[in-house]
Amino acid sequence: MSAAVGVTDVSKRYRLYHERNQSLKASVMRGRRAKYEEFWALRDVSLEVPEGTAFGLIGENGSGKSTLLKCMARILRPDSGRIATEGKVSALLELGAGFHPELSGRENVYLNGSILGLGKRELRSRFDDIVGFAGLEQFIDAPVKNYSSGMYVRLGFSVAINVDPDILLIDEVLAVGDAEFQRRCGDKFAELRSQGKTIVIVTHALSTVKEMCDGAALLEHGHLIEVGDAHDVVDRYLGDVFAPADGAGATTASNVERVELLDAAGRPASGLRTGDPVTLRFHYAIPDTLHEPVLSASIHHLDGLEVARPSVRVEAAGGPRGCVDLHIERFPLLSGTYDVTAALTSAGAPIGVPDRAHALRITVDRGADADSHGVVALDGRWETVTNEVAP
Amino acid sequence: MTRLAELAESRELLANLTLRELRGRYKRSVLGWGWSLLNPLTAIATYWVVFGVFLKVEPPVGHPSGLHNYALFLVCALLPWTFFQSAVESSPETLISNGNLIKKVYFPREILVISASTSILVTFLVESTVLLVLLLIAGNMVLPWIPVLILLIAIEYLLVLGLALILSVCNVYFRDVKHFVSLALRILFYAVPVVYPVTLVPEHKTILGIDLPLRTLYQINPLVPLVDCFRSVLYDLRFPDLGQLAYVTGWAVALLALGWWVFSRLEPRLAEEV
Ligand SMILES: Nc1ncnc2c1ncn2[C@@H]1O[C@H](COP(=O)(O)OP(=O)(O)OP(=O)(O)O)[C@@H](O)[C@H]1O
Ligand SMILES: [Mg+2]
Repeated sequence: MSAAVGVTDVSKRYRLYHERNQSLKASVMRGRRAKYEEFWALRDVSLEVPEGTAFGLIGENGSGKSTLLKCMARILRPDSGRIATEGKVSALLELGAGFHPELSGRENVYLNGSILGLGKRELRSRFDDIVGFAGLEQFIDAPVKNYSSGMYVRLGFSVAINVDPDILLIDEVLAVGDAEFQRRCGDKFAELRSQGKTIVIVTHALSTVKEMCDGAALLEHGHLIEVGDAHDVVDRYLGDVFAPADGAGATTASNVERVELLDAAGRPASGLRTGDPVTLRFHYAIPDTLHEPVLSASIHHLDGLEVARPSVRVEAAGGPRGCVDLHIERFPLLSGTYDVTAALTSAGAPIGVPDRAHALRITVDRGADADSHGVVALDGRWETVTNEVAP
Repeated sequence: MTRLAELAESRELLANLTLRELRGRYKRSVLGWGWSLLNPLTAIATYWVVFGVFLKVEPPVGHPSGLHNYALFLVCALLPWTFFQSAVESSPETLISNGNLIKKVYFPREILVISASTSILVTFLVESTVLLVLLLIAGNMVLPWIPVLILLIAIEYLLVLGLALILSVCNVYFRDVKHFVSLALRILFYAVPVVYPVTLVPEHKTILGIDLPLRTLYQINPLVPLVDCFRSVLYDLRFPDLGQLAYVTGWAVALLALGWWVFSRLEPRLAEEV
């Protein structure tokens, strides 16, 4: 497999103008050009997107994802380094990829198609597909300025994929479409990939990246932090974002002082495997103000999904401090990273969002006979049915 | 050279963008395309009343056509001037107003400038056709001169394009260009023989004791011989002066080359500056 997009040592510098000379008066007053500072939006980024794969670019706001994508699309020229692309590139960047608001959807399809490099004849033969995919047959003769932002994106996306690109670059736009359209996009992506096309997508929807992408790259302040398997890169990013506070995450706020993970023998454990017997031990201190205290624990997957919230009534028996164990005979969660948080509240009171900065982080490895996908081990039993009469 | 090849591949895009300009220009206005004729007609009427009727500028007699009519004398120069003026005046805005496109799609950016100039050229061609009809009605047999007219229009187009390339890209980096251009154009109008004949400018004039060849200095401006050439063909029905023609062509080629060079120098950072 060769690289569809090869990025080699790419750096991109922007100029930040303090005050732009936009009027004659301002420039006469200040002299020649406006002053500016330089700012590196990308610094020595190297990566390869293999042909026929879907690739995600992730990172926090302003980390340089769009900049990198625009460099791939040749809209921006890097200050140093090289970008090599193999085949026809089509880019869909943000809302309204160059639509003219006064013109109708139909006119814009032709205009946009030719901007993206389609000939008139090709466009005419694909016109119905384009409009059909966007689902805008009824509105195609209305000026696009009257479109909703979702409709705008649908039409733009529909043109961009019907250009029949070898490489499709997408920035953040799909989130605007409705559920139905997103499903159609998902199908279309699958189709494109089965045809050996390459997709590079910038998004903050990390579950999409995990689901759809084979590879991913994580950018931070213009530097490439990690590139590799999409699952690993997303987990790395989430791990950075929700990093437990220093001190190995043994303290929790909100009256629960400590959470411990113990193995079957009652020894502190650092990791475990699906199906292992484990104990979660919670150390708490009940404040005077709390009546009928309830300890609620919460287990989050790194993606943000809360997988369980066990709770128990606790008593202030000998004093305000106490300790309660949660024994789990066969740990049901599949491999991944989970955060355990806990809080004491009054019975019946709502529980706030647990502060994940104070979580106990546990890493679960794949157990002997656990599934490789999903979140929980169902612990079910398969049985072949032999006496069922076929319909 | 790869740039040129790329440009050649984008012919269709050029056509579409030009159409967009033309369609977008009068969209949602009641008169629509009527405006593109009404505008020059208003200008003609105004100048004719002011200079022809009030100030009584005496038009020369066309030689060999024998035509003697101030309004036609005016229009033969006013149309090429209007083409120059509207193309150059709008050029600084071309890239900025298409910023959205530049920031989101890759295509050779020159196309935007070329299509903007071309859409104004189309208007000019329509107006010229009307002028040809008027001249025929007035008894000037211009039909055999159409090839020469087309040559002149082509030369002017190249000249305009060269300037537009420079002005459009410079204005992105230095937004004063736009204001400077509209100021310069206002002065230039009177420095070009549109409302008066060239002969009105004295050959020599003594200023501060120095004898200046005023007419020669005046003709350094390539628009002067250009407008003169248009008049020779349309009003006088005579082949333009070859020296003048060569001079204007030289300017057009030089400006186009310069424009191309400046544009390619400043183009790489366009997407982040517009
Ligand atoms: N035209 C520009 N001029 C100056 N600075 C810019 C320009 N475009 C982007 N930047 C800066 O470059 C940095 C990277 O921007 P970029 O748009 O690539 O971020 P991003 O990763 O796509 O962020 P987001 O997730 O918010 O879309 C930001 O700090 C931004 O302010
Ligand atoms: Mg972005």
